[in-house]
Amino acid sequence: MNETAQEQGFYTEDMTISVGPQHPSTHGVLRFVVKTDGEVISEAIPDVGYLHRSIEKIGEKVTYHGYVPYTDRADYLAAMFANQAFCLAAEKLAGTEVTRRGEFCRVIACELNRLASHLISVGTFGQDIGAMTPFVHALRERETINNLMEEICGARLTYNYIRIGGVGYDIVPETCARITAFLDHFEPIVSEFNRLLSGNKIFIERLAGVAVVSKEDALSYNLVGPNLRGSGIKWDIRRDIPYSIYPELDFEVPVGTAQVGALGDSYDRYWVRIREMQESVKILRQCLDKMPKGPAIAKVPRKFRPPAGECYARVEAPRGDMGFYVISDGSEYPYRVRIRTGSYTAMSIIDKLSKGIMLADLIALIGSLDVDAPEIDR
Amino acid sequence: MDAKEIYATLEKLFPGKVGDFKGEVQEPYLTVDTAAIVEVCRFLRNSPGFKFEVLSDLTAVDCPKEGKIQVVYHLFSYSQNHQIVLKVDLPRDNPKVATLEDVWKVANWFEREVYDLFGVIFEGHSDLRRIMLPEDWVGYPLRKDYVEQEEYDGISTQRAPLVEKLLR
Amino acid sequence: MKPLINSLPETVFTTKVDDLLNWGRASSQWYMLFGLACCAIELMQTGGPRADLDRFGAVPRATPRQSDLMIVAGTLTYKMAKRTKLLYDQMPDPRYVISMGSCSNCGGLFQLAYSVCKGVDKIVPVDVYVPGCPPRPEALTEGLLRIQDKMMRERWLVKAPRPAEGASAAQD
Repeated sequence: MNETAQEQGFYTEDMTISVGPQHPSTHGVLRFVVKTDGEVISEAIPDVGYLHRSIEKIGEKVTYHGYVPYTDRADYLAAMFANQAFCLAAEKLAGTEVTRRGEFCRVIACELNRLASHLISVGTFGQDIGAMTPFVHALRERETINNLMEEICGARLTYNYIRIGGVGYDIVPETCARITAFLDHFEPIVSEFNRLLSGNKIFIERLAGVAVVSKEDALSYNLVGPNLRGSGIKWDIRRDIPYSIYPELDFEVPVGTAQVGALGDSYDRYWVRIREMQESVKILRQCLDKMPKGPAIAKVPRKFRPPAGECYARVEAPRGDMGFYVISDGSEYPYRVRIRTGSYTAMSIIDKLSKGIMLADLIALIGSLDVDAPEIDR
Repeated sequence: MDAKEIYATLEKLFPGKVGDFKGEVQEPYLTVDTAAIVEVCRFLRNSPGFKFEVLSDLTAVDCPKEGKIQVVYHLFSYSQNHQIVLKVDLPRDNPKVATLEDVWKVANWFEREVYDLFGVIFEGHSDLRRIMLPEDWVGYPLRKDYVEQEEYDGISTQRAPLVEKLLR
Repeated sequence: MKPLINSLPETVFTTKVDDLLNWGRASSQWYMLFGLACCAIELMQTGGPRADLDRFGAVPRATPRQSDLMIVAGTLTYKMAKRTKLLYDQMPDPRYVISMGSCSNCGGLFQLAYSVCKGVDKIVPVDVYVPGCPPRPEALTEGLLRIQDKMMRERWLVKAPRPAEGASAAQD
């Protein structure tokens, strides 16, 4: 099907197309320099850096407490996880204990954020393929989650909620009741989504067997998160290097199972995200049942000065394992902050996967890998 | 496997090329000779006891007080669930080290970023050019002695505070 | 047609024609999808079901040639600055720019950064600044309504000077 135009007898020339940086289908400002022969791609080179906001350098200029809002912007769709990773690293350096109620508040906020992030990722994926309706449904559900987040911490998108030692504000029982009501409303929505999108014949044909990532490639290119699990490797930081209260919670880790095409194709990665949304609902219900009483944040000094040393903390963000490598030299400003994100390594595999596919499949591939400009450029 | 056992095995197989092991800190690390980093990493990836399939992170730290730039490698293994940190010390005025692109393909992009922001040259890299900053940027920003330039491409980098502008 | 522009006296008929033209333009502001960073998500939510921009006639267009409003949503880096000017130049007259969020107003919390352009008004002239980080959908809707007011004040047939296109590009 993908034989070149020349083999079919037409005279053609190679084209170089620049996809982006302003383009309705890219996930933020990304640019691809695509060399095509008609519709078939021979090379797609990503060109990133259009959103490089030097968050790592700013870490050396502000204090530990003051850096938490900057971590929000490192991945604005999963801001809670970046907050949590940085606070984990700072707490490991200083040996601070987080209060028990603070841990539960953290997990509730993070799993709500995971739902919001996966809704956007699945919604924009559908829109890139051409299905406009599920996107609007996803935005509607996300509005309710934004309202809940606003009740919890005051902001809709960049939260600055998880602080060193716990969380910024306590979750009151009225909010817990509203979260439970939202979960009851949300569970049938996922099956409605599946009827609209996942079982749709056009959707399946667009994605089955497109851009298959083998297990060796997934490891060599260091894919993480749903991209890794879509290729069949069962690895989830919440279960394998557990942090916070995840050891006490009971949830499954979904893996790709070659439902419609090959193992590790775009549909597998998409299906892992849908299943993760269902697992997050389970986790939220368990947390709301088991919430203990107590203070939401431990006593942490205003001038936070951890002893000299270095620390690497990982969390399972919606786009994979987000790691913060913090080096401290004993003063109240970090010496070096390094943010390692899942989308950066996912971009490195795009050139290899895009040889020989059509231009529209490139858009499906980028959407299925769920890359996100702030994570790449930081 | 414990970090201490990893270090003991490495010291036996690569005598003189690894050293300076710190085991009792949060993240145990060991320093590797600049010339030996590729063979050590290849051994760590392939040998059955270690099986470090994944290069988790490749980054650099600028230490002007000791006159060096330290390149840090975080290796991780899914099958054995263990990790190790390797460090390579490079002189600050001429930082050069061999590339790890043949061992883990993801090193391609990590090394481009370190080149862009620190100025470390990776020998043997297939495509070493700037990735985050524009092609004609001058300087390596994440170094501690970086001075911000006055303007770029005709756009001034400073902005007067609002009160000053209103009073003018 | 040219001798008629801004040349006629202010009568009932000429002002009503002006109002009609402006009302047509203000009720159909087609904005260019220029979401750069976090504010882009709030821009999407503003176009979503709850705070609907479509009821004001504002639909998103992907190309600058078909849009008359550019909502710069997000942080502008130096690498992106040249492309922003190129896109602004491609928009046909009369065109307007909303600067959404702190990062495009003045650099926002990234003023400490080396690679961030401190305000989009160093590159393009801005008509309305919407503060916030990110601004709520209601704030962005208010910005759109201010542009509508600005459009309604313009004069086409009547002899009156056309208002200058937004704040002059500040020098710093």
